[in-house]
Amino acid sequence: MPGKLKAKIVAGRHLPVMDRASDLTDAFVEVKFGNTTFKTDVYPKSLNPQWNSEWFKFEVDDEDLQDEPLQITVLDHDTYSANDAIGKVYIDIDPLLCTEAASVISGWFPIYDTIHGIRGEINVLVKVELFNDLNRFRQSSCGVKFFCTTSIPRGYRAATVHGFVEELVVNEDPEYQWIDRIRTPRASNEARQRLISLMSGELQRKIGLKVLEMGGNAVVGYLQCFDLEGESGLVVRAIGTACSLEKLSSGSILNTHTHPNTAPASNACNSPSKDGKESPLAHGCRSTHNSPVHSACSSQRLSQNFSISVPTLIFTGMGSGGSAGKEAGPLKTLLRQQTQTALEQREFPFFTLTSFPSAFLLHVGGVVNARSVKLLDRIHNPALGNTRSYKLLDWNSVTADEPETRDAWWEEIRQEIKSHAKALGCHAVVGYSESTSICEEVCILSASGTAAILNHRYMREGCLDIGSTDHRFEEPSPPTCGFCHIPYDELNMPFPAQLTYCYHCRRQKVPDVLFTTIDLPAEAAVTGKGCHIQARLCRLKKKAQGEVNATAISNLLPFMEYELHTQLMNKLKLRSMNALFGLRIQISVGENMLLGLASATGVYLTALPAPGGIQIAGKTPGDPSNEQHILTIQKRINDAIAKNKELYQINPPELTEEGVGSPIPEPRQRSRLFRSHSESSDELSELDLSHGKKDAFVLEIDDTDAVEDIHSLLTDANPPIGFYSCNTETMPGIYNWTSGIQMFTSVRILRLSNTNLTNQGLNKIFTDLCENLLKSFYFKLRSMVPCCLCHLNFTVAVPEEELIQVAVTAVAMTFDKDQTQEKLAEKLIPKGGSDTDEQLQFPLELCADSSNSQPSSKISVSSLEHSSPLPEGRSRSLRSSRSFGGSSVTVVKMTPLSFLPGTRIIKYLGIINMFFIRETTSLREEGGVSGFLHSFIAEVFAMVRAHVAALGGNAVVSYSMQDCVLMENPNKNQAQCLINVSGDAVICVRESDQDSLASTTTIGHSCSSTTDVTT
Amino acid sequence: MSVELDVFVGNTTIMDEEVYQLWLDGYTVTDAVKVRMEGGVLDECEANADVVLSDTMDQYRTFHMCERLLHSPAKLANQLLYQITPHRQTILIERYYAFDDGFVREVLGKKLSKGTKKDLDDISAKTGVTLKSCRRQFDNFKRVFKVVEELKGPLVENIRHHFLLSDKLAKDYAAIVFFANNRFETGKRKLQYLTFQDFAFCAGQLINNWTVGAVAGPDSFVDNMVEDMDVDLDKEFLQELKELKILITDKDLLDQHKSLVCTALRGKTKTFNEMEANFKNLSRGLVNIAAKLTNTKDVRDFFIDLVEKFIEPCRSDRWTAADMKLYLTHYTNSVHILDTFKHQIVWDRYMGVIKSCIFKMYHD
Repeated sequence: MPGKLKAKIVAGRHLPVMDRASDLTDAFVEVKFGNTTFKTDVYPKSLNPQWNSEWFKFEVDDEDLQDEPLQITVLDHDTYSANDAIGKVYIDIDPLLCTEAASVISGWFPIYDTIHGIRGEINVLVKVELFNDLNRFRQSSCGVKFFCTTSIPRGYRAATVHGFVEELVVNEDPEYQWIDRIRTPRASNEARQRLISLMSGELQRKIGLKVLEMGGNAVVGYLQCFDLEGESGLVVRAIGTACSLEKLSSGSILNTHTHPNTAPASNACNSPSKDGKESPLAHGCRSTHNSPVHSACSSQRLSQNFSISVPTLIFTGMGSGGSAGKEAGPLKTLLRQQTQTALEQREFPFFTLTSFPSAFLLHVGGVVNARSVKLLDRIHNPALGNTRSYKLLDWNSVTADEPETRDAWWEEIRQEIKSHAKALGCHAVVGYSESTSICEEVCILSASGTAAILNHRYMREGCLDIGSTDHRFEEPSPPTCGFCHIPYDELNMPFPAQLTYCYHCRRQKVPDVLFTTIDLPAEAAVTGKGCHIQARLCRLKKKAQGEVNATAISNLLPFMEYELHTQLMNKLKLRSMNALFGLRIQISVGENMLLGLASATGVYLTALPAPGGIQIAGKTPGDPSNEQHILTIQKRINDAIAKNKELYQINPPELTEEGVGSPIPEPRQRSRLFRSHSESSDELSELDLSHGKKDAFVLEIDDTDAVEDIHSLLTDANPPIGFYSCNTETMPGIYNWTSGIQMFTSVRILRLSNTNLTNQGLNKIFTDLCENLLKSFYFKLRSMVPCCLCHLNFTVAVPEEELIQVAVTAVAMTFDKDQTQEKLAEKLIPKGGSDTDEQLQFPLELCADSSNSQPSSKISVSSLEHSSPLPEGRSRSLRSSRSFGGSSVTVVKMTPLSFLPGTRIIKYLGIINMFFIRETTSLREEGGVSGFLHSFIAEVFAMVRAHVAALGGNAVVSYSMQDCVLMENPNKNQAQCLINVSGDAVICVRESDQDSLASTTTIGHSCSSTTDVTT
Repeated sequence: MSVELDVFVGNTTIMDEEVYQLWLDGYTVTDAVKVRMEGGVLDECEANADVVLSDTMDQYRTFHMCERLLHSPAKLANQLLYQITPHRQTILIERYYAFDDGFVREVLGKKLSKGTKKDLDDISAKTGVTLKSCRRQFDNFKRVFKVVEELKGPLVENIRHHFLLSDKLAKDYAAIVFFANNRFETGKRKLQYLTFQDFAFCAGQLINNWTVGAVAGPDSFVDNMVEDMDVDLDKEFLQELKELKILITDKDLLDQHKSLVCTALRGKTKTFNEMEANFKNLSRGLVNIAAKLTNTKDVRDFFIDLVEKFIEPCRSDRWTAADMKLYLTHYTNSVHILDTFKHQIVWDRYMGVIKSCIFKMYHD
């Protein structure tokens, strides 16, 4: 028996009245784990029962400990009839399995019923005793830490980043089983909740195993999703980045606001392809030669660093044409795949991280994106009918001849992404994510990321020898601009782009515009502030079935991608910015329309050239009235650009740079500079020719689409004074956060009553919907000004025909208006450092450090658990966790970001991953569908907070709501909603409490981080 | 095209105090939006009517969902559903239990029953307080009444503890409960000039001096546990009040009393002649009130009697407030000099309250 789980039921409070006659309740509790059930005594006639039970002990396998939740059911005892269930609490005990996380779960949990919502609270104590030895260790994956955070968690150091881990579990959806016809909605919901809880437990365990195989001890950027495929089943899938993390002594974390620079950095390296070859065993990362021809990119009209797999999409969509029935599915042919060794094929150099230790990210190529349209089919499940066992499909073991599975689909997409990255001269994909959109039997699978070249020092093996890799040491890229430098071959560009010499270092070429899915690197040089940019698009589609439908969708996708991209580009230019971070493009499919939403944070990167303006051109230049019209529009656009420049404080220091005369700008570059300033007609015609069609710079007014574009461009309102917004972790240009935060979730559904809508009408409606949501946020949060909406995460869906649903989760954070803070100064220091001496000094220091720390990191990898937890850090965290329990209800802060301003995270308590179903048959009585969802979201928040508080935590970071699926039937007075949320439970303390401690230890402990700042 | 669903949920529950007040005041969403827009809310944050409407609906929904908790405010502090700062909790409760003086004046002393609830439409029409708000206030009175009815111990303390109200509001509720319990008549035309605060003050005086709890004092633990100690008048005391009758039935005493008071007052006030002429009448009035208080019916008429028997005659003689003070002080104190009068303690307990009530009630 490798584990003993102990649970004690202490008390209940605020229980509902179950006996109408006495207005009281005779409550007792069932505690269930696996197949073992214990019961407490009945506590008669009380709404606040004090059970104070004995310790219920479960002796179980640690595999079960990982998979199963502890299930607590509160019931009302009834002598004559069946006992009535009051509600349930599911407790995920995973956090207790990790020695570094929580040691006990203790607190008040809301008692939840899928029909009635929260009905009182129950006080529970849970402990786990693990008698694991290291041999057992490998069969379960206890001890592997999971983080939703998409950066290296605060207080840790990444010794090695192993790479991509993924897993997928499928099962029948209990809602669609035959038994569902005879059981109550409650039973059905509970079966579903329990199943998903089990599946995600197993998924996590399996991923943990993979991590252990790779030699890692943690998963960072863990993202789990559900695909409710209806009849064809239920898929739970997850991706993450395997790492070997080492705990830092608590004092050595320098800065909680910017990303910690504590991980050992090494000198930059500019020859990625060579490096790749030198480390054939590297786990997550593999570089290949630049592919000179890449048809996916060259065949499309997309400008700039933007690569989508349009041809593949069309092919996969059409592939289903000939084959009969559900069985066949679409073609899985992979097109234009480059010859790879078997070993290479198995690995994906993908990283779900969006921000990195400094010097990890060398170059960024651009966004890579792949979508595929599939027809859903009943998942081949050998254990069909047996709900308890479900098959795990490990794609590694699936050969090409096996039946079509979800794994193969994802593999296909990932291969696509990989080849796109290669085309961009990159060997890795960072900021990687996957998503699906399902409507009936059609499913769009999407994956996107940012092609990049990474520093091999962080990969496993073959990277310790500094001497061999830094043969280009004499020319390191400064961290402030290095990531902007193009990774691909200048002569064989994968797509048309304007290259110039870096405006920062003048040594390497940079593109004119850069799109990425990652966060802005902490050390990047930025001019002015950033802003949230969104492109929205609706496309009508004929209703159809099966393959016809899939084909229609596939045909629409490339056009949508193209238009979204154009919109983004125009909006970026309108704001006078030249780079997008955190780009997320969603395409949602409905029965009669497709919705596209692209969100990103626009930034002016100092290293990139200033964007040109937007030129309006008419097709018939002769017409004087038309000319006049164009002139007025042009003026409006120019005014908007000027206004935006002022608003976002974009004053690029070009003139001074020219004046100083930094490294010889080539003649070509100079002329280019000149041209982009004056926006001469010469430039325009040249661009026109190069792109054939209208391009980002020129909008032709004759085109109705263009009118629409211009319209949408100019109707986008800037946030009101005092507000900023972004969808990334931090707002470029704002560094001095104060402690005020407000996390919120907002959902809006629009019913389109007008049946014969045009594309344009729909676009307008959709755009207004998004804009109005933003306006509502600004209004609601107006008391927080000055503040910034961070991590604005929009999710669109078409839940039913004629319905558009937008769900937003974000956090509003207050900041200090006075930007004259040391942090800004700190940021500026490396920017100003153009003399080589300093640039050399920086990597040298780091080199020394990394060579010292590497051996130690190796040791810690092999001995896994026992290396890190510092006794003093642990004891302190325990103390502070206790002090939070002072008031009756612990205040738990929640944020989608990885940090809380003004505080320091001193302990990660484990991952929170919860799935809830709520159903009602009295919709009107609950305040309609809005009232229903409002209280459900509030309940979900409450349950998350309660679990965090019970773990001893006081905050959730990297919180996200992956799914919010609402189904309603107002005529029947019914509604059902599914919500899935996740995040990292943490203990954080106010920064000021720790300052004295930190300052003393910082100097002694980590010279790498101190030098970083003091130089 | 219509908005099918629109919700906004913050981890910390967002509540706009202005909207809360509108909700409490019983405005419909549409009216509330109108009021807010007229109040200039549109100028903030470049809002438009849709935004204000959406915000108002959201807030109304939040308040509606919180209302259940506000019915037992102690739950608000340890519930898990809404994360509300303690400061904000206090505001929510205090405002929820706040009431319109105009409204409470109408129901003061009435039985808090279904019958009265049916009359709320009329009260609403009369006071201009919306029916919704009337209902909330009435239900609050009823709820507090029901809870403290079953509790032992001091009334104000119980209310404050169970409903987490401020001292001032708890005292007001104590007055409402006290009036409802004793069914004091407050609705007569002659009493119309009195405000709720006048009555609340008087109730405080009665609770502190004439109830069972008043005698027990804070030290005696056992007596603290007497049920309704602050709600019911001290029966023993009411019996003893009958003894005061001697002040008017005994001719000697009455004359003696009068001459003592008149000696003290002479030359100190312009209305001396009227005081002298009316002394016996006024004294008879006050003592008769005391003597009749054993009858529940007469307890109910306590205030109307005070006005009719004492305040009105004085007012018609144009006594000033200072005159009143002077008169009552000497009237009370002179009794101490009457050596044949043996009920000094009862007299003081009675007149202490009467004096302060009349001071409070003596205005236009």
